[in-house]
Amino acid sequence: MTVRSFTLRSPTPMPGWGLSFGIMLTMLSVVVLIPMTVLLWRGFVGFGAGGIWDVVNRPRVWSALELSFRAALIASLFNLVFGVILAWVLVRYRFPGKRLIDAAVDLPFALPTAVAGIALTAIYAPNGVFGSVIQDTFGVRVAYTELGIWIALIFVGLPFVVRTVQPVIEEIDRETEEASATLGASRLRTLTHVVLPMLAPAALTGFALALARSVGEYGSVIFIAGNLPNVTEIAPLLIVIRLEEFDYDGAVAIAIAMLTISFALLLAINLIQIWSRRRMGAV
Amino acid sequence: MTDTLTISSRPRAFRPATTEPTMVKWALIAFCLAVLTVLLFAPLFAVFDEALRRGWAFAVASLSEPDAQAAIRLTLLVAAITVPLNAVFGIAAAWAITKFDWRGKAWVITLIDLPFSVSPVVAGLLFVLMFGANSALGAWLVANGFPVVFAVPGIVLATLFITFPFVARELIPVMLEQGRAEEEAALTLGASGWRTFLTVTLPNIRWALLYGVLLCNARAMGEFGAVAVVSGKIRGQTTTMPLMIEMFYNEYLSVAAFTMAGLLALLAFVTLTLKTALEWRYADQLAATYRH
Repeated sequence: MTVRSFTLRSPTPMPGWGLSFGIMLTMLSVVVLIPMTVLLWRGFVGFGAGGIWDVVNRPRVWSALELSFRAALIASLFNLVFGVILAWVLVRYRFPGKRLIDAAVDLPFALPTAVAGIALTAIYAPNGVFGSVIQDTFGVRVAYTELGIWIALIFVGLPFVVRTVQPVIEEIDRETEEASATLGASRLRTLTHVVLPMLAPAALTGFALALARSVGEYGSVIFIAGNLPNVTEIAPLLIVIRLEEFDYDGAVAIAIAMLTISFALLLAINLIQIWSRRRMGAV
Repeated sequence: MTDTLTISSRPRAFRPATTEPTMVKWALIAFCLAVLTVLLFAPLFAVFDEALRRGWAFAVASLSEPDAQAAIRLTLLVAAITVPLNAVFGIAAAWAITKFDWRGKAWVITLIDLPFSVSPVVAGLLFVLMFGANSALGAWLVANGFPVVFAVPGIVLATLFITFPFVARELIPVMLEQGRAEEEAALTLGASGWRTFLTVTLPNIRWALLYGVLLCNARAMGEFGAVAVVSGKIRGQTTTMPLMIEMFYNEYLSVAAFTMAGLLALLAFVTLTLKTALEWRYADQLAATYRH
């Protein structure tokens, strides 16, 4: 195989540049780049930022976007706290069934979303195992309300924080904790002032991944949500409804609004992460 | 920790300064188990419970219906096309990214990861816009007897998009860590490029590759949102297993829906078991410690 010279690439005797780069670029273009460009072109050049705003600035679209991002934030915050605790329990404690639990954490990655959706609906519906108990004791309905959407999104985002934080806890040097204890800090103070700051960057990475995943989640939510316009109708569902009405411009506008808000959020999380890394020194 | 102590009579339980009180420890374990039971284990149990509500025979009979059979075949077909394509892409991308130094690498890695932060529904929308009947390209394709949207090619494209990063993300960290020295040695000794790849690189990355393929396959067979948008849900023709679940469910065919769901849950079990086995045996050859 001849290695062609390429100005942007430093010389190397390694073969296969043309083939591997070619396959990569072709598939990346066909599957990701061109389709994404078509979407953005259609939105911004097709009917402009003003046109997108006109579509988005309607009560039904606003409440769908608000609901999607609010529920995703709430679910991801829960997963942030629970994920750190679970990662700690899985790394530091020994108890029967630990390895099984550790393996089961990835279940939401492996279980198709539609399966999770109907299964969660079955148990949290008013006549389901948990749903009926919760309704009888607290008088709250879970399925077919926003609460149900939270449950589905917590399920979907559960593994992310655990899996990003776990390796960091494994790497923590016990001597840091000992030093803190020797200096008179209580265990709680050591955990909040010494251990937690070390976990923060990884936890934030997991949080961002969970958030990105749950904002766009569709399959597990639509079964449990009830899908009432203005109340429990998530933004991805509204895109599907627009498409079924052959209102392509409406679908494109909502999609672009979702992408824009997502990327703004992820950028913000990235900035917080850089800040927390800097505060910690190089971690 | 405490088992190294040999003090015979202790006035009170000794606790090292780097552990939590036993009460706190067990409270945390109980809390985690409770949350996981309510969120993970109960739904999983519910799938099989609902599927077998009217017995095995009824559940199995619901799967032998022609539409259900067609859905299973289509899902297998889509996975059989997308997973190898993504494996080829993953290997090519990882090779180009880890064996060569070039500008713009970081941008390409970001682009490969992009599908993870795009809603599945938007992923489906992308291909409807490109190949739908209202686009010039789509109209031309339909006129020439090769419809993409509301047909199998669209389902394949949408699934490709959704599963795009899986293999590449698994291979890149592993191949970065392994470096280029072994390949360079093989080349110096006169091996051809292909021979170097097949006999030096591939054995080094095979477990990571299998790991990526497993996750890719699980997602490809289970994808719902993206496929729902492009498939048109034509019964027996463009309905995959997850879409069939939705149809059965909306038609109040509960047993059929949960039996189909049970099949996919079994697939999830197999995936998790193989994945865990790989993590236990070949931890050093996987990117598992810094994945996701």
